[in-house]
Amino acid sequence: MRTGTFSTSGTYTPQRNWYALVGWLSLLVYLAYITSLFDLDFDRFISGLDNGSKFLGRMFPPNFTRYELLMEGLFESLQIGVIATFLGVLISLPMGFLAARNLMPPWVTWCARGVIVLCRSFHPVIVAILFVKAVGFGALAGVMALTVASVGFIAKLFAESIEEISLKQIEAVRATGASFPNVILIGVFPQVMGRFTGFISYQLDSNLRNSTMVGLVGAGGIGGTLFAAFQRFDYDFVSAILISIIAVILAGEGVNNIMRRIYR
Amino acid sequence: MTEPSKYQGSEIQSVTDHSLDIRNLTKEYTRGVPVLQSVSVSIEANGITAIIGPSGTGKSTLIRCINRLIDPTEGDILFRGKNLAKLYGRELRFARRHIGMVFQEYNLVERLSVMENVLSGRLGYVSAWRAWMRKFSAGDIERAFSILEQVGMADFANQRADALSGGQRQRVSIARALMQSPALLLADEPTSSLDPRTSVEILELMTNQAKNLEIPVMINIHDVSLAQRFADRVLGMANGKIVFDGSPSELNEEHLKTIYGGQGWMS
Amino acid sequence: MIIPGSSLEERQWTRFTPLERIFRYAFYVVICSAIVVSLRTIEVIPEFLFDAPAQMVDMLDRMWPPDASYYPETIHDALVETIHIATVGTILAVVLAIPIGVMVAENVTPYKPLNWLARFLLVSSRSINSLVWALLFVAVFGPGPLAGSLAIAFRSIGFVGKLFGEALEEANHSTIEALQATGASKFSIMYMGYWPQVLPTFWSILLFRWDINIRESAVLGLVGAGGIGVALSTALELFYWDRVCMVLISMLVVVAAVELVVTQIRKRII
Repeated sequence: MRTGTFSTSGTYTPQRNWYALVGWLSLLVYLAYITSLFDLDFDRFISGLDNGSKFLGRMFPPNFTRYELLMEGLFESLQIGVIATFLGVLISLPMGFLAARNLMPPWVTWCARGVIVLCRSFHPVIVAILFVKAVGFGALAGVMALTVASVGFIAKLFAESIEEISLKQIEAVRATGASFPNVILIGVFPQVMGRFTGFISYQLDSNLRNSTMVGLVGAGGIGGTLFAAFQRFDYDFVSAILISIIAVILAGEGVNNIMRRIYR
Repeated sequence: MTEPSKYQGSEIQSVTDHSLDIRNLTKEYTRGVPVLQSVSVSIEANGITAIIGPSGTGKSTLIRCINRLIDPTEGDILFRGKNLAKLYGRELRFARRHIGMVFQEYNLVERLSVMENVLSGRLGYVSAWRAWMRKFSAGDIERAFSILEQVGMADFANQRADALSGGQRQRVSIARALMQSPALLLADEPTSSLDPRTSVEILELMTNQAKNLEIPVMINIHDVSLAQRFADRVLGMANGKIVFDGSPSELNEEHLKTIYGGQGWMS
Repeated sequence: MIIPGSSLEERQWTRFTPLERIFRYAFYVVICSAIVVSLRTIEVIPEFLFDAPAQMVDMLDRMWPPDASYYPETIHDALVETIHIATVGTILAVVLAIPIGVMVAENVTPYKPLNWLARFLLVSSRSINSLVWALLFVAVFGPGPLAGSLAIAFRSIGFVGKLFGEALEEANHSTIEALQATGASKFSIMYMGYWPQVLPTFWSILLFRWDINIRESAVLGLVGAGGIGVALSTALELFYWDRVCMVLISMLVVVAAVELVVTQIRKRII
């Protein structure tokens, strides 16, 4: 990228970066367009800010008096998150193997990959809504929805890490006369396991976050409690719930770090 | 320090004249284009055999056909009373246990420790459960330690394989092959990824260990001078056939021209 | 791990030290009990569980064939609005996330309190779902795409800020050192030293988050924050399954198209 030219007299004229200029201009034009499209005007914004400050006022101090309800909801969200991750891992292990192009014939991998892509196509909330409509309100829909989301993530990455393994290491293990299970255990597993535990912990974290949300559409967990509080304008309870959610997620990240240290 | 016993846990060698008998071995990756053309050679019970020749001439294929990492199209490989070319499944695995192999790029399991890599030489003997739990017998572990001492890597037993230098990895690789108590040692370009001095050290280690165990060694090597220095017998291959078979001293310029073609590279 | 033995004893080797094994087993126990406890105490009505496959088939049956007429009348505008929400939200998030990212990078801002503050802001942003942010903003600014954009923005700050901070921390220190040696001001060092190095990562983060935000924006309408979620919500409440199917199909198409666009842009820029 040329930043400028030198003339024979020894002066330097910096080159104008036309691309950047055009970029900034189009950005400004776009934002102006949006302002009209979204019906934004100054008054609305100010009244919004005013609303906002009132809102914040009602949210603080957070109200923890209904803590039993809070704990129940959190606990259910935790259950949903844990079970969904567990089931997701169970299903993803074989799915990942089936989808690995260096292990399986094309027709198998196409089917497996198709299923995995389908699992990832929709936002977990939408999947949750569909499950709620299908199997009714409650934690079952939440678990099913998050299991689908987990499979979409873990199986995909698992298949990719299997495809990236070095065949040379496997060749050597085969040459010692090892049985097929032993070849998988010593030749394949050490290569993929490090990354695999990473995926699982990431997905557990993601499921815990999402499990707080699927409740908003009736799939169980603290999301339902949150939504109800909102509807009743109990904003101080809302802030209590939000704080607990943040605390739980922080704790989850801490557990994550410990696990990473133990399993190297 | 206990000496590794020669045929620990294996059957007694059955009666054949030669240790390894290859007859009419042919390999075609695509039909009509043979990489190995009806190769026949017999290896005696002792001694270092070096295979030289240009790349693509079938040296690697030949070595890998012996332990069936590659399946030959035709031919027989007689070893310890069995025809390796016709074995499958469990029988093939049992036969492989007695053939140790050293690879050009070491082919260690990078994320495992040196000790685990050496112990994996016994994978042909342990069940999947024991392999997973890494429950090897005390005798195996003791043997692993003494082999590591012999290859000079005893201090590295708990290091991860990917933390080692090339020469160190090849030593571990040799230790793994020795752990199998092999009746035959194969090596596919074991020194091609190493510097000149380490190459000599590795070849010295391999040939000394093989002499102690009184087993034959077959080494693919492209450095002719190294081949002449360490081998008792040299096989020269060109175009999928063996065009020279003799002692290193018999190898002269004419022969090298037949094997490698062209003159400019010979100094 | 290696117990030195005399020549008479056999040496031993285990894969993990006793302490490591205790930790590993303890962790297994914790994980297993978590799973078992969850399975046993979760409130699932068995009849619903067994009925589930039949119910799902029934629902899929009602969805097909999809109602194509729903598209021009409602879906198209809603989709366009969704994309706008995602784009504006991402832009806003980037603007807000850059200063926070600078604050959280320990090599750029070596003051612990600022690092902690920035980290807290980023974690809070990430922990609260975009749907919840949307609820909050709908309560403040009223329903519509404004609330949606702000929700997307505030949710994305955590993501963009964290990755941006990490990119800054991974910048080549020697380059920065050299600039410091010339006596350049902090701002100049940012502009000339860090920015050129993190630029490719920056675009990558932006594209990645925009892609995710398209998906996220699609559901915000469920709580009234604009976009295609509104169309979906209406169809769901009235049980027009064929329209629901149409909405889902159009979402799929948009997501696929966006992925294609993003891949192409990545190839050209990065």
